Amino acid sequence: MLDAGTPLFAQIAERLADEIADGALAEGERVPSSNELAAFYRINPATAAKGIGILTDDGLLEKRRGIGMFVAPGARQRLLGERRRRFAERYIEPLVAEATRLGIGTGELITLIHESSHAQGGVTT
Amino acid sequence: MTPVVSTTGLTRRYRGQLALDRVSFDVEDGSITGLLGSNGAGKTTLLRIIAGQEFPSAGQVRVFGASPAENEQVLRRMALVREDQTYPDFRVRHAVRAASWFYPNWSGELAGALLADFGLPLGRRISKLSRGMRSALGIVIGLAARAELTMFDEPYAGLDAVARQMFYDRLLADYAEHPRTVLLSTHLIDEAAGLLERVVVIDRGRVALEAAADDLRGSVTSVSGPAMAVKEFTAGRPVWERRQLASQESVMMVGVLDDADHARARALHLSLEPLTLQQVVVHAAGTTAAGLEERTSV
Repeated sequence: MLDAGTPLFAQIAERLADEIADGALAEGERVPSSNELAAFYRINPATAAKGIGILTDDGLLEKRRGIGMFVAPGARQRLLGERRRRFAERYIEPLVAEATRLGIGTGELITLIHESSHAQGGVTT
Repeated sequence: MTPVVSTTGLTRRYRGQLALDRVSFDVEDGSITGLLGSNGAGKTTLLRIIAGQEFPSAGQVRVFGASPAENEQVLRRMALVREDQTYPDFRVRHAVRAASWFYPNWSGELAGALLADFGLPLGRRISKLSRGMRSALGIVIGLAARAELTMFDEPYAGLDAVARQMFYDRLLADYAEHPRTVLLSTHLIDEAAGLLERVVVIDRGRVALEAAADDLRGSVTSVSGPAMAVKEFTAGRPVWERRQLASQESVMMVGVLDDADHARARALHLSLEPLTLQQVVVHAAGTTAAGLEERTSV
């Protein structure tokens, strides 16, 4: 379930962040406890707690004493904003680099993006 | 805080053979530590000395701050489940009952649930159990003892993958509810990797590596691609192993990679594959054997 070549706590943080960004974990909703995550992913509870701790430090989760951890208000918007900022670096730059290597020009690349977007029923402008 | 286990310069000789060579390490309270290494590396000797069942030729061992040897106060607070544990010739229920008298934190409820999980027949003579069932009995006793220091030494001889997974799951579940200090000696590193918070790697009687498990994941990366590009990328970085085939090269590079490294690797058309915990441990043990010092930079 988890990738054996990357720190597990970072993967736990990433999975939870994905769920918040997707809306699967809604704002104000309780997130699984470190013991629940540990049992599900078959990892050490301290490792799971460290993953939760990263999101807490970032202010994406908040603790309610005696009940557990909850998704903080505004967490989804903040995560989506962050991902938009990193979109070019993570996706566009490698895409353009590979296209250049293959001799695909910018015009052709844009056509390909339109086609892919259409096939996925996505955003068209 | 006093470590649960602390060894200093622990050495054990058998007729001139060094089984343990100046082993020093601490185990902190409330963690699961993996004691890793190949067969014959000295893991069993180390655990037996911690459990007061064997004596060091030199050096010192402290458990809960005291010497474990013939120390009833200390021995009742720890459990050691051995590979191929032997029992007096009595029945499963007698072994379980004897354990329940010995261990102060014994849980009869947990023992009952585990006996059912592993399908152990209470009335069966232990001498008539299969190897796997005997291993399962050791696991049941080791978990139900809820000893403050619980040690498992390759506890799953004869157990199949399903039963081993059950052991890991039950250990994690009970550990979460009742935290304790666990030392798990194993050579099945991939299977147990997720459970471990720390690892101590023993190689030829010495501590080859001691680290937090998550610090090792991704700490070494296999870099492969055109040899020229690999050389450019890894210049000035510590590496463990170089392999070359025609114009292609593959190198294990030590050190965590940042975003800039990844971008550079993309530009050079290199592929990056982080090593798993098991791969890092195998190579860490191998490099001490070869006398290399790069391991210290992990």
